[in-house]
Amino acid sequence: MKSKADVVIVGGGINGCALAYELSRRGKEVVVLEKRWLAHGATGRCGAGIRQQWSTEENALLAKRSVAIFEHLSEELGHDIELRQGGYLIAIHDEDDMHQAKENVAMQRRIGLPVRIIYEDEIREIAPILDVKGMDAIAATFCSTDGHANPFLTTYAYARAAERHGASIHKFTEVKDIRVNEGRVTAVVTDSGVITTPVVVNAAGAWSPHISRMAGIAMPNQPVRKEALVTEPLRRLFDCMVISFKHGIYFSQQDHGQILGGIPSPEETTGYHEEPTYSFLRHMAYMLGRYAPPLKHINILRQWTGYYDVTPDALPILGTTDVEGFIQCNGFSGHGFMIAPMTARLLAQLICGEKLEMPIDRLNISRFKGGGVVKEKSVVG
Amino acid sequence: MKIVCRCEDITEDDILRAIDEYGCTTLAELKQVLRLGMGHCQGRTCLLIAAKILARKTGKGLEEIIPSLRPPDVAVEVGMMGGCDEK
Repeated sequence: MKSKADVVIVGGGINGCALAYELSRRGKEVVVLEKRWLAHGATGRCGAGIRQQWSTEENALLAKRSVAIFEHLSEELGHDIELRQGGYLIAIHDEDDMHQAKENVAMQRRIGLPVRIIYEDEIREIAPILDVKGMDAIAATFCSTDGHANPFLTTYAYARAAERHGASIHKFTEVKDIRVNEGRVTAVVTDSGVITTPVVVNAAGAWSPHISRMAGIAMPNQPVRKEALVTEPLRRLFDCMVISFKHGIYFSQQDHGQILGGIPSPEETTGYHEEPTYSFLRHMAYMLGRYAPPLKHINILRQWTGYYDVTPDALPILGTTDVEGFIQCNGFSGHGFMIAPMTARLLAQLICGEKLEMPIDRLNISRFKGGGVVKEKSVVG
Repeated sequence: MKIVCRCEDITEDDILRAIDEYGCTTLAELKQVLRLGMGHCQGRTCLLIAAKILARKTGKGLEEIIPSLRPPDVAVEVGMMGGCDEK
């Protein structure tokens, strides 16, 4: 292991690997430390969705600019990431939903997203498998450029590209301590050596509060166990991701034909609990059957859990802290994969002292010191 | 050609290539890269064979390589599971 680096990134998920790529191609000497293997945490357990339909402009803009990067990422990184833009269909269940949807759509269209409100006939046309009555829906919003990509392949593509630019990636390497001297980061202590560095990026997802604590920084984010399941593969039935904020359900058909989805478990809990629950399996199966009755007849192959790294306002924590050189890249609250390309680019610009393409001050951890944060409302799973 | 995973159509060569190209040292990583063991049988045959290939290539013991198992143990119909909660 190298004994010094320009930047040490803690966490080998999508955000750590994407940032390693953006920094190393700018000439920085980068080391990534991952306690298990790449994409072991939330990245490798997520729903793979890429959504731009958010209620806060920060998230919508991050997502929109990430999609612009995703669209050319396979060529840029030299590896297919299996991007498919089949759109996101978000159910509207009642007048309250409709009011919020109209507000969201107005903001989303203002920043240039092709979003619109659609009704029963068009919902059926886009996804014939859906039962609008079973969904208890009166309409939906639809954005055709939303979609999904393969989180494993995307992470590996970023990691390999970073390595080609000279980054070192160490899996099965645990961070034990972060040394801080006179208010600035000086080194990272691992279970296989010490690395002297002026910059540490905390991209440890659900484990980021532990990493921050090593530098003497308290964080407001908490791990929440989330569950997902996947069915046997089928011929292509529909292209879009289907979600509902009211029911919390999301599901889509992946590239290999399998239906992948999740819903908040009746036993949803804060803290580090990895066990899958039977109640999730029952609840998800029931709701999937209501939304798409033909799916009642296919087999579920597998269920698993992963963590949402949840902040009080469901917005990420990005940027500088009171400790000089300690940079936050966490708190993604269930949508870290889809905004990773733009997040990585912005943090690389911040660390390299370049002009940022868009401001991220409002995502700084200091926002939790005052009151009055504006919560992201469009959260599922 | 030696077929290892019948559900996802993966050969011994595919596994050896993934170990070399991606630096895989665990079954979890082979799953991520190749979809090994993610098909209908959930890896009942292939995971043990792949674990032995990994052990041979990496010099690790089998007990370090075998992954956690994810429920349900056998494929189960959505309608059957969902029927439990029907009102």
